Amino acid sequence: MSTIDAGIDTLRSDAAEADAEAMPLPRFETPIVPKGTVAGRALIAVIAIMTFLASMTIGAVVLLRNAAGDWQADLAREVTIQIRPAAGRDIEADVGKAAIIAHSIAGIADVRPYSPEESAQLLQPWLGGLALNELPVPRLIAVSIATNAPPDLGQLRRALANQVPSATLDDHREFVDHMRLMSRTILAAATAVLLLVMIATVLSVTFATRGAMAASRQVIEVLAFIGAQNSFIAGHFQRHFLLLGLKGGAIGGAFAVGLFGLADFGDRLIVGRAGGEQLSALFGSFSIGFAGYVLVLAQIVATALLTAAAARHTVNRVLAAVQ
Amino acid sequence: MVRFENVGLRYGLGPEILRDLTFRIDSHSFQFLTGPSGAGKTSLLRMLFLSLRPTRGLITIFGHDIATLTKDALAPLRRRIGVVFQDFRLLDHMTTYENVALPFRVMGRTEKSFRTEVVELLQWVGLGERMWAYPPILSGGEKQRAAIARAVIARPQLLLADEPTGNVDPDHAQRLLRLFIELNKSGTSVLLATHDIALMDQYDARRLVLHEGRLHVYD
Repeated sequence: MSTIDAGIDTLRSDAAEADAEAMPLPRFETPIVPKGTVAGRALIAVIAIMTFLASMTIGAVVLLRNAAGDWQADLAREVTIQIRPAAGRDIEADVGKAAIIAHSIAGIADVRPYSPEESAQLLQPWLGGLALNELPVPRLIAVSIATNAPPDLGQLRRALANQVPSATLDDHREFVDHMRLMSRTILAAATAVLLLVMIATVLSVTFATRGAMAASRQVIEVLAFIGAQNSFIAGHFQRHFLLLGLKGGAIGGAFAVGLFGLADFGDRLIVGRAGGEQLSALFGSFSIGFAGYVLVLAQIVATALLTAAAARHTVNRVLAAVQ
Repeated sequence: MVRFENVGLRYGLGPEILRDLTFRIDSHSFQFLTGPSGAGKTSLLRMLFLSLRPTRGLITIFGHDIATLTKDALAPLRRRIGVVFQDFRLLDHMTTYENVALPFRVMGRTEKSFRTEVVELLQWVGLGERMWAYPPILSGGEKQRAAIARAVIARPQLLLADEPTGNVDPDHAQRLLRLFIELNKSGTSVLLATHDIALMDQYDARRLVLHEGRLHVYD
């Protein structure tokens, strides 16, 4: 017997011993890309945190946008006629006349003259309990505008000037313009913050993905050297990291959506209370609405896709280095 | 099978570490590649398994000029080459069975079609009872045999082994050499890189000696 045969026989004798015991056949169950690694868990945490922050920013922008729209709409829906006391004129008659004129204009939904008591109440915060009967306090008429067919305010202004000289029409234009400018500035700032958060998300997710993939470099190289097609390797890593991205995004997004839901629920609870009315007047509803939830969902999906794309890019870079 | 003509290699702008390599590896041949540490054995092996391109010269592998190969053409060629790395490069998250079956998996074959083949090879190399074990708990010799099994499972036409006996005792090294010789007899061309003179003296085969960047062939 040659030395070679003796060596092979030695190896085969090991096999014979192994055969002696009937063993179940093994199965290929492990995924190509390692699962449950520390780097993978860290990546999920990074994605969850960044998705949460981005979702909160999206929600804040949506709330601000809705609130700004509500402020402007509320202001644009009402104009005020002011009747100043004038020598030789009956202010009550002027109020009545101005109300009739306002009523006659097409597109006016409602006209409500403030009584002397109501006017006094409006001034009470500034003048206290002073008797106002002795003072020349102007009277106000709140005029609501139909939203579907707004009136010709120029016509109303001209009619008042002709028939009630002591009346002036305040369409709140200056205030509305200021509000519009302010809300636009706030929205622009919020959108800029959202952009910064999105950029931070893109960068942190990209680098965290690359970091998580550093441990996978050997897997990529071995797969390449045993003849795996690039698409096979990239596909496995892309799927794996897409799932990590979706998992992280779902966790972060779920926390954000939960928080929005709680805020919405709290908002409904305090409606009707004094503080609640003030909050509603300032911020509108705390609900981000269907569009807000769609944006949060889109952001989760976008983050997951970004993670997958970063993984594919890294795989391709490693493959380029070994080819 | 493999042809090198006036091949040179340099890394970046550094000096040429391999110069004017001209040799062939024929079908069913067995050869040792040797030379002092740092002579460029691993670089030459990397060019042979297509992970490094020469800076000059011509390399044809299985009739393909590697300078004109596209990325997509690399995988089919690599499937015809088995590589045993010096550091084994077993995947730690997979069992020994899965590591050895990996080449079949990347080929897209069903497990049913390769399971028996893999189990038989593992038993043949003496790892029948270690099929479920993960590489971190295998001994150096077991890792070596698992790496060799992975390299030969898909019956490559060319087997490249980088210091495959570097981590084992002389007795085990002799057994591994016999395994390579057996594989060669079954039709695989073998290139075994080693600086173990005693090992080379055990088998009369062609020697490719790298020295100061040049290759000397002793048939």
